[in-house]
Amino acid sequence: MRLLADVFLLIGAAFACLGALGLVRMPDVYTRIQAGTKAVTLGALAFLIGAALLFPQWWAKLLCILGFILFTSPVSSSTIARAIHLSGITPWRAPTPEASGQAPMSPQAAKPAEGR
Amino acid sequence: MDDTPVDPRPSIGHYLFSVLVLALLWLLLAGSLATAELIAALAVGILVTSIAGPRLAVLSGVRLSPLAPWHLLRYLLTFLVALVAANVDMARRVLSPSLPLRPALIEVRTALRSSLGRMLLANSITLTPGTLAVDIRGDRILVHWVDCPPGTDLDRATAAISDAFERHIRGFLK
Repeated sequence: MRLLADVFLLIGAAFACLGALGLVRMPDVYTRIQAGTKAVTLGALAFLIGAALLFPQWWAKLLCILGFILFTSPVSSSTIARAIHLSGITPWRAPTPEASGQAPMSPQAAKPAEGR
Repeated sequence: MDDTPVDPRPSIGHYLFSVLVLALLWLLLAGSLATAELIAALAVGILVTSIAGPRLAVLSGVRLSPLAPWHLLRYLLTFLVALVAANVDMARRVLSPSLPLRPALIEVRTALRSSLGRMLLANSITLTPGTLAVDIRGDRILVHWVDCPPGTDLDRATAAISDAFERHIRGFLK
């Protein structure tokens, strides 16, 4: 049981770390939000499962926390993304296939998305 | 936002649903099933529901049918699998040296009418592989897609991104 809990805690920490790495590596604000939201949500989920295995008497409260996180984290991301979209920032477009693997310092101006 | 649907007033059934959910939450947090706790749970449920009454319009999206819990369960399973897949996918992209990204903004169509249902769908889209819900206008959700195949149109995007969730959500939300 202890081992299983530790594995979950480690998985949670690993995903949180990946989320941070994503924030650093992604080229523009939309992709950064994506990397951040998903990784941190799953990280929190794994972390809470680990905590529930370590302290079974807390499971109900942890379940409530989990529900709130699952409900609110995407909402905040979408809200930020919507504000960015409404202020006219267009998504980054990959430069050329022979890019050096370095994300460009500044997102290029891309054609505005269609459908608006 | 002039084309957002206005949720109708919740019915008696929805008020009962609210009381039940709040009572269950109370029992969960209290962690005991003693008679006193049961009474307290019911009292709290009724009190909070009556205070919040007119503002519970968001609950009118809940479909009160005996099959609803079953659909909810299936939705949760689908969602969890998608969430893990999303993260493995994201990890692969973040760790690969060339950053494989083909981002684009596209639209998907939704048939859900209630604000609660739409919110849940947008949340699901945000937490699944490579997609982020940006805005909702009428029955269209604007989505930022990290890996958009060239030549994607509305129908294909809907099929790829939101169909699976919507099928399940429709079982327990309007």
